[in-house]
Amino acid sequence: MAWTKQVLRVNLTAGTCVAEPLNMDWAKDYLGQRGLATKYLVNEIDPKVDPLADGNKLIFVTGPLTGTMAATGGRYSVVTKGPLTNAIACSNSGGFFGAELKFAGWDMVIFEGTSPKPVYLLINDGTAELVDAAHLWGKTVWETEEVIKKQHQDPQIRVASIGRAGENKVLFAGIVNDLHRAAGRSGVGAVMGSKNLKAVAVRGTLTSAYQIANPEAFFTAVDAGKKVLAGNGVTGVGLPTYGTQVLMNVINELGALPTHNHKDTQFASANAIGGEAMHEKRETDGKANLVTNGACFGCTIACGRISRMDPGHFSVKDKPQYHGASGGLEYEAAWALGAANGVKDLEALTYANFLCNEDGYDPISFGATVGAAMELYELGILTEAEVGLKLTWGSAEALVKLAEWTAVGEGFGKVIALGSKRLCAKYGRPELSMSVKGQEFPAYDGRALQGMGLAYATSNRGACHLRGYMVSPEVLGIPVKMEPQATEGKPAMLKAFQDLTAVVDSSGLCLFTTFAWGLQDIQPQIQAACEGDWSDDRLLLIGERIWNMEREFNLAAGITSKDDTLPPRLLNEPANSGPQKGAVTRLDIMMPEYYQVRGWSADGVPTNATRTRLGL
Amino acid sequence: MQKSLHLDPNKCTGCLQCEMACAWENHRSFTIAKSRIKVFTFHEPGRFVPYTCTQCDEAWCMMACPTDAIRLDPVTGAKVVLEPSCVGCKVCTIACPFGTINYVSDTGKVQKCDLCVGASGPACEKACPTGAITYVDADWTGLDKMRQWAGKTDTNPATV
Repeated sequence: MAWTKQVLRVNLTAGTCVAEPLNMDWAKDYLGQRGLATKYLVNEIDPKVDPLADGNKLIFVTGPLTGTMAATGGRYSVVTKGPLTNAIACSNSGGFFGAELKFAGWDMVIFEGTSPKPVYLLINDGTAELVDAAHLWGKTVWETEEVIKKQHQDPQIRVASIGRAGENKVLFAGIVNDLHRAAGRSGVGAVMGSKNLKAVAVRGTLTSAYQIANPEAFFTAVDAGKKVLAGNGVTGVGLPTYGTQVLMNVINELGALPTHNHKDTQFASANAIGGEAMHEKRETDGKANLVTNGACFGCTIACGRISRMDPGHFSVKDKPQYHGASGGLEYEAAWALGAANGVKDLEALTYANFLCNEDGYDPISFGATVGAAMELYELGILTEAEVGLKLTWGSAEALVKLAEWTAVGEGFGKVIALGSKRLCAKYGRPELSMSVKGQEFPAYDGRALQGMGLAYATSNRGACHLRGYMVSPEVLGIPVKMEPQATEGKPAMLKAFQDLTAVVDSSGLCLFTTFAWGLQDIQPQIQAACEGDWSDDRLLLIGERIWNMEREFNLAAGITSKDDTLPPRLLNEPANSGPQKGAVTRLDIMMPEYYQVRGWSADGVPTNATRTRLGL
Repeated sequence: MQKSLHLDPNKCTGCLQCEMACAWENHRSFTIAKSRIKVFTFHEPGRFVPYTCTQCDEAWCMMACPTDAIRLDPVTGAKVVLEPSCVGCKVCTIACPFGTINYVSDTGKVQKCDLCVGASGPACEKACPTGAITYVDADWTGLDKMRQWAGKTDTNPATV
């Protein structure tokens, strides 16, 4: 069995760590990771619970392919009710932590209650204990990982922790493992902080915690999958060379790069902050921003960026701790910290990105919130006196200061920490928050790409590019080319993407494999690893079941079809330049059809027939 | 022709497929804690470096072993631990200047890279997706580097 079949339940209130068997009936219906942990969560918490209150739970979970030689088989997810959205939250991370948890013999760790004092969980194979974290509270992610490894004299421990953003309950705080891989979105780090849980530290050395059902078939499928990844232009060349930043110029040229808080759909300086720019030697020190590419556990793509800053840059001039290499800009971060605010200083973006990793907060929501604040400043609603800064479009100085202030709650950083929805509401202009269900858009304009607009409006965790990546058909032509402005066929295609994505997110694999892999590549790997029958149809049904389960949780939490929408800017203000000029998102056409293909009522509620078909 | 594992850190991405392949070959498990090859991440300079036994000709481990449990495989040149003879004294782990032979508490024996003796070449080399680990002519591990430097020379006045 590719599952360890062991769940660790940690009651932070009582200070207990108890092992329990994994519910294998649920594993068969929800596979693992995102699906399985969500099943546990919806079964155990009140959907109306305040996400930062004692009654919420926080689940770290792996998939059946986590900790295997399947390419990218190292993912884990954090599942909880998110404070940014008040909806289901599931944030996925790579790095090496997930595999280590599996090697220690655990599919899942469920945290419940609240610790009376700061603690961290230490897992050594089958043993787990809560350890006092008084000496770690107030420390960054980078410091925390170093201290824990030194304290236990074990450099091979893997650590996932919150920085000061999570401690201070920044609503878009994330959980960072291996220094710069993050379960980044929806504020999962704030939930961890609310529970006084600083870190999870794991060392796994067991050799028989789980087994591959059919090793021979597994290696055949895995080797074939690796060949497909290596031979594909995106996963074999584009991603290793430029990272996800390969997209910056492509998306900008297509007129789909949201700029200046979505006022514009193209950024004149996109070229200065994209993947190619990271390769160019700087005039100042003759070195490139990019040092090398790096892989997460088991990943044969290796899209990760390892960057080094110009030590003479104003942001780090007297801060040698930022002069070494660390996790560099991915596309979403470069967009949010850059284009969304009009900032074109690659080094400033890299520094802000370092801070996001160091103190554990989501660069997408942070950058987009700064963009909203800059628009309020332009309108005269926010003033220099209020902010403590000149918050003009394109100000690298302002971006850097706000990045330094946000995690620690200094000055206007306290307001940025609320996210754009609450910030814009606070200043009486809620419509200027570029978010859905409270979560900020990532780096694709929902007007320019109709399918992405629909994906944002219907995503169960708020605006997100990782719940149904319609960029694939609309830009890259994967699996078929769809015109960006077409609405026909988009709802059905989106449903297929959402369901397949739920399967990938539940397997232990990275979603980026799907630039090259289809279900025909993934299914044989799951089939060989897991006992039983895992046909294409069954897997897609699992994906659809997960999607509907998340939907029903959100409905019970009080989120309705009224929330399946976009900010008025995307519905009413046409894209103002580029190939998609004049476009608005046609949710009016697509949404009814989407509900229909989903088997939902006109109010967006799964019908009884749908529920029965999915076994909900 | 004898072959050697040739490790090229410049090509390594730190994915650890080699570690899993090694653990699988020897323990039928993907648990990298059991791997005989290790990839080290040097965070500050941003480097990934795979490292394992280089199969010294006059191997310190072999000479230090009091029970003659480390033997030369004449075909591959690998120094191989004979588990039945190993008593777990760990003297070899002290003798090895490179740290590439290590004790395994599960078995009470030491383990080291044996170039996957008996298999059709080392598993780590087969698993490496970037060519950072290759299995090449033992006499010519420098060939790639020589080629690179050779490519940089230019003695033709017409093209200088």
